[in-house]
Amino acid sequence: MIQLDNLTKVFDTPKGAVTAADNISMEVPAGEICILLGPSGCGKTTTLKMINRIIRPSSGRVFINGEDTTDLDTQTLRRNIGYVIQQIGLFPNMTIEENISVVPRLLGWDKTKYRERARELMDMIALDPDAFLKRYPSELSGGQQQRIGVARALAADPPVMLMDEPFGAIDPINRAVIQDEFLKMQEALQKTIMFVSHDIDEAIKMGDKVAVFREGKLVQYSTPDDLLAAPRNAFVESFLGEDRTLKRLNLVRVRDVVSDEIGTVSPGDTLETALARIDDFGYQNAIMVVNDKRQPLGLITRALARTTRGYCRDHVQKVPATVSLDDDLRKVASQMFAQDTTWLPCLDDQGRVCGQITQRAMTHYLGSRFRPSSSDARQSDAATEE
Amino acid sequence: MPIQSLKGVLRLLLLAAIFFAGVWSQSSGVIDDFIFYLPDVQYLAVQHLWLTAMSGGLAILVAIPLGVVLSRPSMARAAESLMQVLNVGTTIPTLAVLALSMSFLGIGVVPAVFGLFVATLLPIARNTYAGLKGVSPALMEAAAGIGMSPTQRLLKVELPNALYVIFAGIRTALTINVGTVPLAFLIGAGGLGELIFTGIALYDPVMMLSGAIPTAMLAIVVDALIALTAFLIVPRGVNPSRA
Repeated sequence: MIQLDNLTKVFDTPKGAVTAADNISMEVPAGEICILLGPSGCGKTTTLKMINRIIRPSSGRVFINGEDTTDLDTQTLRRNIGYVIQQIGLFPNMTIEENISVVPRLLGWDKTKYRERARELMDMIALDPDAFLKRYPSELSGGQQQRIGVARALAADPPVMLMDEPFGAIDPINRAVIQDEFLKMQEALQKTIMFVSHDIDEAIKMGDKVAVFREGKLVQYSTPDDLLAAPRNAFVESFLGEDRTLKRLNLVRVRDVVSDEIGTVSPGDTLETALARIDDFGYQNAIMVVNDKRQPLGLITRALARTTRGYCRDHVQKVPATVSLDDDLRKVASQMFAQDTTWLPCLDDQGRVCGQITQRAMTHYLGSRFRPSSSDARQSDAATEE
Repeated sequence: MPIQSLKGVLRLLLLAAIFFAGVWSQSSGVIDDFIFYLPDVQYLAVQHLWLTAMSGGLAILVAIPLGVVLSRPSMARAAESLMQVLNVGTTIPTLAVLALSMSFLGIGVVPAVFGLFVATLLPIARNTYAGLKGVSPALMEAAAGIGMSPTQRLLKVELPNALYVIFAGIRTALTINVGTVPLAFLIGAGGLGELIFTGIALYDPVMMLSGAIPTAMLAIVVDALIALTAFLIVPRGVNPSRA
């Protein structure tokens, strides 16, 4: 857990005092990723760097796992916080192995232990230890270097990690891959992470919580879904962008929206039965054909069922697309647009038809999560603040 | 093909020229003249190297800590002005430095070593300072963020990353030092300058060359030795010659 209590930084500049961070108070629960988001110069990086005292706070306190860090020795404090920066900052004079084991060596681990740890971390970040440990940072690609940067921060297994735009300098394709890998690692490691970003999409993808900063102040601190559904003021709203509802598609899983009511026919049914079912369920276009294990075989269209006689098995048409329960709505919407359809069948982990998702259900879900009127919401927020 | 055959012809001509130069020097007795100076050359070369080792060694021992101290953040303001002083100092000709040092310390080995020490100090201190200042701020932030103390940062990150530049400074300084030691003869410290300057005074080219050629060779050998040391000592990841 990271807890900030009225953390403030005032810089003395020739033009007068500049408040880079103004009484920031917030709490990141253990095991969560909190994204500090905002335009440049908003105080997010200053706030982050005050936690490990790269920047010394003017006032305020930082608690880590409930312990006040103010009286802690700077070196001890930093060795217990993983730190990843955008410029990566691997030591070019050291091999990958030496880079990864820097902190364990500072902490006085013995050789067999830290060497073993280095191999373990290489496995975790999916780089072959035998191929990479003896190489130097300059021999690695940017993406590989930042993976090592993350491994170095994790080496001594600190409870808390600070990441300053860690994936900002990596090309978009690699960035997505590293983000996914990192999330997967985090699932197992459950670190408490503060993560600076200026990329709203990254924030939504990576964050359990998002803290939006503006001009040194913490403007809004909430879950990504709440942030997108109910931005606190016009600044947050404009920062999130006009397509913020579309961004929410990334956050919602099919399992949240799926309707498990889906009419099906089996291959042995006649087309008359199929037509009757289509009418019973009120479907406009078609009905799914499934086998006895509920695996999808195809579709019977309404037009076909009305004009033809016979058994379903002889007239099955291909299913245009299916989605699985863990897909996000963005993928679903994309499939719907591509197939020109308003519904898609959903499959569970075993590939059995378990329900359907409709465009109507999606818009309903997204729409119901918005406050009735944004101006009312703003007023009530202001009221609760006071 | 024509170019290659031209190269072949040139090579043959070169070999022939060397051969005839050998024949001529043997017949004219120049080689015997050189051999006449061999004991002097041996004695003076040792003296020469001794002067270089003393002044260069002292310079390294003083200049590197000086560069380190100047590069500390707390020294930032003083360092800039002091580096300017050192830069101006570098432009003073070594002969003038030797003359100055003689006027304070008299003649002999001590003023010579002192003058050479001053002349050698500057390039090393400057390169040490520049090398340490050139270590990327991101690297320093990473080192600090990881929990290294200032001393650990200096020893594990700054110095290894600046080492190549520091060695470049030592290499330049010592090579120039070897080439400057002959001037020490003028204030009575000996060295191969004895043959060079006496040769000039007596208008004896053989004597002059038997001082000058070993001096040049010593400079090349010292340069190569330092290059080799740098090659072996500077970590592979930050060593351009081993990349």
